[in-house]
Amino acid sequence: MRHDHITSARQLSREDIETVLDRASELAADPSAVADRHEGALLGLLFFEPSTRTKMSFSAAMKRLGGDIVDMGPVDSSSVKKGESLADTVRVVEGYADALVLRHPSEGAAQMASKFVDVPLINAGDGAGQHPTQTLLDLYTIRENAGLDDVSIGIMGDLKYGRTVHSLAHALTNFDVSQHFISPESLQLPRKVRYDLHQEGSAVKEHTDLDAILPSLDVLYVTRIQRERFPDESEYREVAGEYQIDTESLSVAKEDLSVMHPLPRVDEIAYDVDETAKANYFEQAHNGVPVRMALLDLLLGGAQ
Amino acid sequence: MTSQELRVSKIERGTVIDHIPGGQALNVLAILGIDGREGDVVSIGMNVPSDRLGRKDVVKVEDRELSQSEVDVLSLIAPEASINIIKNFDVVEKHRVERPERVSGVLQCSNHNCITTEGEPVDSEFEVLDDGIRCVYCDTIIRDDITAHILA
Ligand SMILES: [Zn+2]
Repeated sequence: MRHDHITSARQLSREDIETVLDRASELAADPSAVADRHEGALLGLLFFEPSTRTKMSFSAAMKRLGGDIVDMGPVDSSSVKKGESLADTVRVVEGYADALVLRHPSEGAAQMASKFVDVPLINAGDGAGQHPTQTLLDLYTIRENAGLDDVSIGIMGDLKYGRTVHSLAHALTNFDVSQHFISPESLQLPRKVRYDLHQEGSAVKEHTDLDAILPSLDVLYVTRIQRERFPDESEYREVAGEYQIDTESLSVAKEDLSVMHPLPRVDEIAYDVDETAKANYFEQAHNGVPVRMALLDLLLGGAQ
Repeated sequence: MTSQELRVSKIERGTVIDHIPGGQALNVLAILGIDGREGDVVSIGMNVPSDRLGRKDVVKVEDRELSQSEVDVLSLIAPEASINIIKNFDVVEKHRVERPERVSGVLQCSNHNCITTEGEPVDSEFEVLDDGIRCVYCDTIIRDDITAHILA
């Protein structure tokens, strides 16, 4: 892989993705083999907005590689509060660590920050923009459960604002995947994502109704429809209710359907689904560690 | 000199931007950041008959050369424009604008949550698409009138 920074899933080729996923498979199979591989290395965590689990997942990954973390801590106790620019913050902090992880509320923050530092920088989410490690762990989970070629994948819920969806849809164009987008009309894919999919030669197949397409799917990726996207509570309930699943609604699905969700969920997947073999969302969350280990290992390089 | 050319007076030193699509002259001035308050001496011809464009606008700015960023953005609204550099009343350099692969500065990203709108030490930067421009930081695509996004 020939990237100094990982700011967007759009920059990753099929070969890049497979390199990371292959390495993640090796690490997941035998994590103890790399327990001291990056001993002494430090990962700087810059979280300008709280995301406890992403931070924990990166911390766990770095520590399982034998390294350690240095954490900027919450924004209200840092220089940022005093009006320091992001460009200045990352130029200071790069001196403290061998790689940086950045989470920021503004779109494009990681892309900009990466121009100011020499150590590898990983985007851990920028506003409504990119979150490439989420995309990689999603791809890893799909590959483990259904494979990434000749599969039919349904992506459902808030497709307009859901950044995990945008990033995943784009990354899937690298593979032989039939993508179906299932959402209310008001929450369909935005223009920039359509543009990308179109550029990659991928057809945008949109559905407002899950039932019709569900029997043909190998993977169903569910995302949350937020209350604030709707003018009033009753409209929200009516619309969101059509995109909730339970064991009964899944009865028409393939036996080996893989149900995924970036979590946290609220009520879009009923708890009774958890007990079935279709439920892969907790496994998906756990996969964040080997995938982030693989990415850090590739970016940090060092001893074999 | 024909009577048509006389509509806009000759300048001693500066830049003449010719073959601007009719009606775009004020947008060209906006791209150059000229609003009249800085004292620049500017002459404008609007909707002048043109063999090539039917109707064209012409802008003459005295004592001013254009930056590459300005020429790049200009090319997006005036793809046929020619830039003439004038010294001692003579055209010393003349070239047509070219559609660039990227434009930086001059325009502001339309996404209010884009990092380039937040006082960071970077210029805006856009990839030029067939039918619009795309922010290289936040991926936002601007397809409508780009002159609405000129930095103040
Ligand atoms: Zn932008």
